[in-house]
Amino acid sequence: MAESSAKAFVQRAMARRELTLMMLLVVLLVPITIRSPLFLSPSNVNRILNDMAILAIVAIGEFFVILSGGIDLSVGSIIAFTGMVCGMINESYPAISPFVLLLIGLSVGFFMGLTNGVLVAYGKIPPIITTLGTVNIYRGLTFLLSGGSWVTAHELSVAYIAFPRNTFLGVSYLLWIAFAVLGVFYYFSRYTRMGREIYAIGGNPTAAKFVGVSENKIRVVVFLVSGTLCGLAGALWTARYASAVNEMATGFEMQAVAACVLGGVNFSGGAGGIIGVALGTLFLGVVTNALPVVYLSVFWQTFVQGLIILIALALNTISDQRKHRRMLAQRRA
Amino acid sequence: MDKRTDLVSKGRLIDEMSFKSRFIEFITQWEVILVFIAIGVFIFFNAKSRYFLDWFNLMNATFQFSEKAIMALPMIFIIMCGDIDISIASIIALCAYVVGNTALSGASIPTLIALSLLVGTLAGLFNGVMITTLNMPAIAVTLATQSIFRGISIGLLGDQARTKFPKNFGIFGQQFIPGTIIPIEFALYLALMLLFAFVLHKTTYGRRLYAIGNSAEAARFSGINVKMMRIINFTLTGFFCGLTAILLASRILSVRSNIATGWDLEIITLVVLGGVAITGGRGTVFGVFIGSLVVGYLKFGMGLLKLSGTLMTIVIGSLLICAVLLPRLLDLYKANRKLKIQAQR
Repeated sequence: MAESSAKAFVQRAMARRELTLMMLLVVLLVPITIRSPLFLSPSNVNRILNDMAILAIVAIGEFFVILSGGIDLSVGSIIAFTGMVCGMINESYPAISPFVLLLIGLSVGFFMGLTNGVLVAYGKIPPIITTLGTVNIYRGLTFLLSGGSWVTAHELSVAYIAFPRNTFLGVSYLLWIAFAVLGVFYYFSRYTRMGREIYAIGGNPTAAKFVGVSENKIRVVVFLVSGTLCGLAGALWTARYASAVNEMATGFEMQAVAACVLGGVNFSGGAGGIIGVALGTLFLGVVTNALPVVYLSVFWQTFVQGLIILIALALNTISDQRKHRRMLAQRRA
Repeated sequence: MDKRTDLVSKGRLIDEMSFKSRFIEFITQWEVILVFIAIGVFIFFNAKSRYFLDWFNLMNATFQFSEKAIMALPMIFIIMCGDIDISIASIIALCAYVVGNTALSGASIPTLIALSLLVGTLAGLFNGVMITTLNMPAIAVTLATQSIFRGISIGLLGDQARTKFPKNFGIFGQQFIPGTIIPIEFALYLALMLLFAFVLHKTTYGRRLYAIGNSAEAARFSGINVKMMRIINFTLTGFFCGLTAILLASRILSVRSNIATGWDLEIITLVVLGGVAITGGRGTVFGVFIGSLVVGYLKFGMGLLKLSGTLMTIVIGSLLICAVLLPRLLDLYKANRKLKIQAQR
């Protein structure tokens, strides 16, 4: 009896993506730390977390879109547009408070997400096509807005550039914001009615509609969340990298989707969690930063990332299929 | 009402439709709208620039889009089955790396071509097998292989470039068919386009692609080897990545690891703009052909008018959304019209 319950516990634990991912992370960290004990030093950990904070914010937005069964390819362009807006406003009004700039970023991102959401929900255009269109449109708008020129570090105010690096209780503002976003959306996805409705729409749209979930509303909401978070990320991006360039965050959508895939988010919708996404992002960060430690040229970074995504994907799929089979067997028994 | 009587009554309805109804039915097809857009593009740029409607210029402009248009052809098959491949640009980069690197050791042109096609085919096969054997979503797998294939060329090439090629290597991507002003690349594209149109619209294989796109499950029950066909589609796409890599390397005679970056989304845009449904089961090669011309000549014309390329992305993005939105609105309009006609009787 004790043995079988222990087995069941292990099986249940293995079924939890978050735990598997955590174990994989530990497995990865052990040899790295043996090789270079400094890897887990507070300053290095702090550096890795700061590097991944913006990606985490964007990946959480992407998570909700994928959870609802869609995909948002426009995140990189929304970041670029809001980052450019914030950079140019800061250039014209150097005295403006960074908090105001964050709010501006949030609201610009809100409207860009709203556009995506309305096109998907009421135009009935598949999410991949909508965002494939808007990824081009938003990037073009960024160019129109800036006229092709950059906002460089000395044109930005000192307060704005310092903002993500300022610390409170030894932790940078950037990380505080990322943790706050994580906390808020963890609560949102698990304990609010709307959060659960997103899972419902992603899992089975027909069933969800029959129990009274408004599909259109949910489709708009997920893109709103994604757009708004990208807006926030854009405002932070310009400050952190101390410049606003037309090409910024190109291809960032792939990173965000990769973090979600690593975190066990299912592309057919309805499965996955915020903690998984955070761990997936962390995983990407550790791998990227560990390459120099194992004396692998940074040029191999892309390859290693792709390989890890593929392995994670295969493991997820296999464990899913196993779970499915077990459930079928249980139902028969 | 069963399906057959439904079809019969639909047929009767079409028979009884007035000339006006049939005209509306014809004119509201996306392919026909695209032709009008293409004509509009030509008229507009001809009015704006006297260099636009010049045969030599028009032919020369095809150098800029022939490779992408070629890649759009096998992509039709993939999207027709409801799949997607976002790793093609990376496969092209990988093949181009292999070509550039082998050329260093003085390999002959046929060897280079064979090698590029082989590497591309294997990469495509890898995609297809990974997707179908474990039954993983194509977008997720090709997202991973996008990094893997690109990563190999970045890892091996670093920030280097390969620029040493055999003497006549440039003919594929730079020369014209002797005695004409038609570029070899574009002629190849036209031939391949006709071939793909034949396969998609006139062979069993093509009809099966439509069947899979409409319902993979139903197609499987009717005896179609869906898995095998999907693997073939991905392998075929890989093969054409190898071909495109040759053309691209031959045209620019320089291979870097960031070659063809961003082509995935551009090529998918061409296919969807051409009227192929992203959910599969609907679309024509002709539509994609016209769509490719529209995008190619829009870019060329805007270049003539000295408009920035980024501005162009706004136009293409909007066209893409219109390509899906407009047919939907027209369908609604047509359905309403039919209801009205029926109500009148």
